[in-house]
Amino acid sequence: MAKFNVTFNEALCKACGLCMTACPKSLIKLNMSVTNDSGYTPAMMTDMEACVGCQSCARMCPDCVITIEKND
Amino acid sequence: MPATVFKKPNGLTDKKLHYCPGCGHGIVHRLIAECVDEMGDTNDTVICAPVGCAVFVPSYFTYDSIQCAHGRAPATATGIKRVHPDKTVITYQGDGDLASIGMAEIIHAAARGEKFTTVFINNGIYGMTGGQMAPTTLPGMKATTAQSGRDPKLNGNPIRICELLSSLTGPAYIERVAVDSPAHVIKAKAAIKKALQYQKEGLGFTLIEVVSNCPTNWGMTAVKSMDFVRSDMIPYYPLGVYKDVKEGK
Amino acid sequence: MAKVLMKGNEAVGKAAIQAGCTFFAGYPITPQNEVPEYLSREMPLAGGTFIQSESEVAAINMLYGAGGAGARCMTSSSSPGIALKQEGIGYCVFGEVPCVINSVARGGPALGTIQPSQQDYLQATRGGANGDYHIPVLAPATIQEAVNFVKEAFEIADLYRTPVMVLQDGLIGQMMEPVDFDVPVKKREIPSKSKWALGYGKQGDTHFIEAIVMDAPMCEKKNHRFFTEKYAVIEKEEVRYEEYMMDDAEYAFVAYGSTSRICKTAIKVLRGKGIKIGLIRPQTLWPFPQVPFQNKNIKLFIDVEMNMGQMVPDVALAVNDKNKVKFFGRCGGMIPSPDEVVEAAEKYIGGAK
Repeated sequence: MAKFNVTFNEALCKACGLCMTACPKSLIKLNMSVTNDSGYTPAMMTDMEACVGCQSCARMCPDCVITIEKND
Repeated sequence: MPATVFKKPNGLTDKKLHYCPGCGHGIVHRLIAECVDEMGDTNDTVICAPVGCAVFVPSYFTYDSIQCAHGRAPATATGIKRVHPDKTVITYQGDGDLASIGMAEIIHAAARGEKFTTVFINNGIYGMTGGQMAPTTLPGMKATTAQSGRDPKLNGNPIRICELLSSLTGPAYIERVAVDSPAHVIKAKAAIKKALQYQKEGLGFTLIEVVSNCPTNWGMTAVKSMDFVRSDMIPYYPLGVYKDVKEGK
Repeated sequence: MAKVLMKGNEAVGKAAIQAGCTFFAGYPITPQNEVPEYLSREMPLAGGTFIQSESEVAAINMLYGAGGAGARCMTSSSSPGIALKQEGIGYCVFGEVPCVINSVARGGPALGTIQPSQQDYLQATRGGANGDYHIPVLAPATIQEAVNFVKEAFEIADLYRTPVMVLQDGLIGQMMEPVDFDVPVKKREIPSKSKWALGYGKQGDTHFIEAIVMDAPMCEKKNHRFFTEKYAVIEKEEVRYEEYMMDDAEYAFVAYGSTSRICKTAIKVLRGKGIKIGLIRPQTLWPFPQVPFQNKNIKLFIDVEMNMGQMVPDVALAVNDKNKVKFFGRCGGMIPSPDEVVEAAEKYIGGAK
């Protein structure tokens, strides 16, 4: 089971890419198959198991898209 | 049972932010809400909005709020804080609001030592009105009113607000921070919290200058604009503490 | 209570404190410097806040905050300083922030002169802020009236949630007269400010003083609300004027402030010559009185002001016959003598009868 659970509120995402650049393990990418109501392709996690919960992505997000939970 | 380690803080409304993708305003709004909430002041804060992209600040915070005349937020905050010394009073201002039209008001509020906190967003450009030159636009930076790039011979040189205000006795805490990286965002939050703490202790005027971005009017992607903050803005506007009355600085 | 001999500017300061004003911000400018000077000493003693602001602009914006936070607040200035305050007054109007602006007029335009004038009538009543709006303007003619009007200005400001101007000329500010500070002033039933003021909101009901309404239909609606719920009511309830020797009058001076007192002297002289002349004295310049100008016995309304005729259109509109309205004035700091006023009246009336 993944140590951390990172969820994206897709409706709020503006696909700015700051979370992608912030992730030290490059685990985030834009989901090109989804378009939200604002016309953006929202960010998504590619490998939840690899996430170490550094919160860098959430800290950079200007729109409070990201919520992080710790599992144990 | 999962425990939440990061979520949207109390103090922010559900209204979707109108700011451009990747704009630093959203980061700083969240940091302010986090700090105020951690200090238990979500119910006792009044925020003063500027004229600029952040004129809509009142829609984004669950605080009492007021939309101020351009540049005059420090005067209005003076009135509010003198009437309610027990409330946390914050002005949120951009570089046109604070460093251009509002220069007299910020200097005099700082000189009087008015006990509110100013969060000053410096992105070297006028965002709301479409990209005109600001008093903090860097030499060579293009703007719609300096289309070949800012020329110091014609437009003068940019103004460094932290350095300017730190020459006064009224300020209790002045620090310049940035939001271009997670590490800097962490430091920015600590600075904002310190400023609000100094306000609570009644030590005097506090100001946090946040070097931030404007992807749209800089003509860059959000990621590239944060690179520009790092490579060009910060060297001109060095980060650090410029005034700390507790450290005798 | 015993009367006190006091300078107009200082009496205004004392009246403000009596009315419960707890916040004053102002900048020095002749001829009203005694107002901030008096309050710099007395306001802290009364437990209030005095700030000598960095400019007149800063002062009105401090009032926007202090008044927005629920305090009774006042600023004071003169002509070019009042010009600086216009934007801030507009914000107080739109944000529905009560405040009192004391204006002591000097000669203009620009720095003009330091001597008294009434050259700010249009500035006061038409306003220099942008947008559709009115602010009540009270025009005292004596220091006693200035004291009463300042106290009442705070009541009107709070009741209608509007800036209120007390417009004087430099004569009233600088002269000394006996004043009774215990003259009662009509107290209004004012709802608690905790319902809307900053610092009193709570989660789920936060208080917001707004300056911009992006939705045009909503902005129009707000404009309409001001006119139907505030200005129409103020026009009905707050208009004030004095009729002096008008019972049998065939001619009328129209004058306010210090000029009205000069006209009263002129009336004595003219009556002595058999001319049945009286005085209509507006005490509110906005709302401008309408009723006394409906007097069909009056053949000529002679508007006397210390300006170039700023009130004439308002008189002509009220009379509804501009041919019946004449004007005599001095300006630039010159004060008309009773003899000059008599001479002007006689010229219009066509000699003694």
